[in-house]
Amino acid sequence: MLRKVTLFAVALALVAGPALASGKVREPHPVAFSFEGPFGRFDQAQLQRGYKVYREVCASCHSMNLVAFRNLGDKGGPFFDPKYPNPNDNPVVKALAADSQIRDIDGETGDAIQRPGIPADNFPAPFPNDPASRASNGGVLPPDLSMMAKAREGGPEYIASLLTGFVTPPAGLTVGPGQHYNPWFPGDVSSAWSGDHAHVPEGGFIAMAPPLAPDKVEFDDGTKSTVRQQAQDVAAFLMWTAEPKMEERKQMGFSVLIFLVLFSGLLYASYRRVWRNESH
Amino acid sequence: MSGHSTYEPKTGFERWLDVRLPIVRLGYDSFVDYPTPRNLNYWWTFGGILSLCLGVQIISGIVLAMHYTPSAGAAFASVEHIMRDVNYGWLLRYMHANGASMFFIAVYIHMLRGVYYGSYKAPREVLWILGCVIYLLMMATAFMGYVLPWGQMSFWGATVITNLFSALPVVGQAITTWLWGGFAVDSATLNRFFSLHYLLPFMIAGVVVLHVWALHVVGQNNPTGIDPKSKADTLPFTPYATVKDGFAMSLFLILFAVFIFFMPNAMGHPDNYIPANPMVTPPHIVPEWYFLPFYAILRAIPDKLMGVLAMFGAIACIFALPWLDTSKVKSMRYRPQAKLYFFIFLVACVVLGFCGARLPDDQVIPGLKTLSVMDSDLNSFVWLSRISTAYYFGYFLLVMPLLGLFEKPLPTPETISSPVLGGDKKD
Repeated sequence: MLRKVTLFAVALALVAGPALASGKVREPHPVAFSFEGPFGRFDQAQLQRGYKVYREVCASCHSMNLVAFRNLGDKGGPFFDPKYPNPNDNPVVKALAADSQIRDIDGETGDAIQRPGIPADNFPAPFPNDPASRASNGGVLPPDLSMMAKAREGGPEYIASLLTGFVTPPAGLTVGPGQHYNPWFPGDVSSAWSGDHAHVPEGGFIAMAPPLAPDKVEFDDGTKSTVRQQAQDVAAFLMWTAEPKMEERKQMGFSVLIFLVLFSGLLYASYRRVWRNESH
Repeated sequence: MSGHSTYEPKTGFERWLDVRLPIVRLGYDSFVDYPTPRNLNYWWTFGGILSLCLGVQIISGIVLAMHYTPSAGAAFASVEHIMRDVNYGWLLRYMHANGASMFFIAVYIHMLRGVYYGSYKAPREVLWILGCVIYLLMMATAFMGYVLPWGQMSFWGATVITNLFSALPVVGQAITTWLWGGFAVDSATLNRFFSLHYLLPFMIAGVVVLHVWALHVVGQNNPTGIDPKSKADTLPFTPYATVKDGFAMSLFLILFAVFIFFMPNAMGHPDNYIPANPMVTPPHIVPEWYFLPFYAILRAIPDKLMGVLAMFGAIACIFALPWLDTSKVKSMRYRPQAKLYFFIFLVACVVLGFCGARLPDDQVIPGLKTLSVMDSDLNSFVWLSRISTAYYFGYFLLVMPLLGLFEKPLPTPETISSPVLGGDKKD
């Protein structure tokens, strides 16, 4: 009895987990990302393509303050090269950093200057501050992308769905100026809906215009540059920026689990041996 | 049980020390020779597991504090610095964050075991109350710890919970301002929460010492609820209990490791990876899972002050349990009716947790509209939590006192060893 009820309680608790989500929003399309599951790893080629999409499209409006160029050459990162265990020596990383201009202060004169980036620099933000960013983006602040894949329900699948999800709004839905309907974006469109109020369309209005287009980014590895491909690649890249130590974590997890299982077996054998003459 | 000490110092140093500070004797009497009932089942291993949890939290926490910056402007970035740039920082943080959840899983099992087997009954009332104090301190520690990453849920959780005190008449607002150290949740609040978050675990450790002391005075309860009567009923703590506890701890660590390494964010909320923003309220503020039942009780009551009182009352009931239960029989093994009410209580707690995670006005059965009572449809989570809250309090305040007077318990065995050793008494 005790066991059955405990199992029931655990099952209920597991059902209660997803209940944390709120609002009426469309479920993200399932994507078979390479990094899913306990054995999943990042696909380095995909991360490189994703970085390119980020750099050429996203980075013109969104900041990514928590990631530095050197991280690109870290183990598990898009440009990791075993020849350069120290990413600061990695020529690809150096070149990518030098492509960006970094706002700095001249140490001699104190003047505000721009200088080419070095691997130690964090990704530069596209705007000097939040009000400037808002002013250039219709009054809405484009969120920082460093943690996006962990900061949204659905993670990378949500990102991929959102980026490909700019559908034609259903008849009866008034989309305001500077707004775009997206069924995957959390929100509430009932005030703009003139149809049946029992069937308000899913999703919300997002200020971001559809950012991707076929062949907008040219992939160096010859992958066909569809919107779907770009969206999935950048979603994978954002998963890496949010969780750069994922591969190290899973790898260590296996060693720890193997140890603990063996250790538990040993302890169980000791337990049986110690208690062999005692009824209980 | 604190009986006669059988410790005999073996070396010259031990003899010398034993006359001056009998600390080895204390350790020997407490963790080697200490007699434990021979019939303890695996539900009794959670005491050891909990001390392991406390150790993991303190050690990982001390190292995290070396890298963390408790200020509103820098806290979020410093946590991400730990995750990205500190060697094995991700491991420390995931250990600490998931460790809190594991701690609560273990403490809830430990407490429910105590309720089921009547471990709070005389002479174990003080032992039980010390346990409740630990639980209360754990809740305070966990709440303040969740504020430290300074994400959206940290900030808004802190705002909601500290605002509860403003419901108190006359002094409420003053207390809230005093707690905040200002007129809103801000750097001053974060900094004092950090200070207290570092302090409270050591207070927990202190109360744990008292808890273990009280335990060793009265002795452990056991699944029969019959106190040991002779040597045949008990076994020395080492090696019998140590090896069993060790095995259970190792299994618990497997579960812990699965969370740390393969699903480290499963028990967290995505919004806490968004930096705190006082200008943007998340659409749905929820506490960590281990507070959800109390959160549901809070929201079940339409009046703010009454809701706060009900929430604290729910915890007060646990403290008062030794005097609420009138049954002469400890273990529910021999109380079939009590068992039934206990399992309904368990379900009510889980349902409350379920309700705490939902918006109050969401429908339990989608698409079904029923009567609207007290401003809410009966088919809503707020009504489900009202029913469960009623049962929660009913269990403590009606079932516990009355059942003991009216129920017919099954016959209980004379001694522990009579059911265990198949009746052949070895007195």
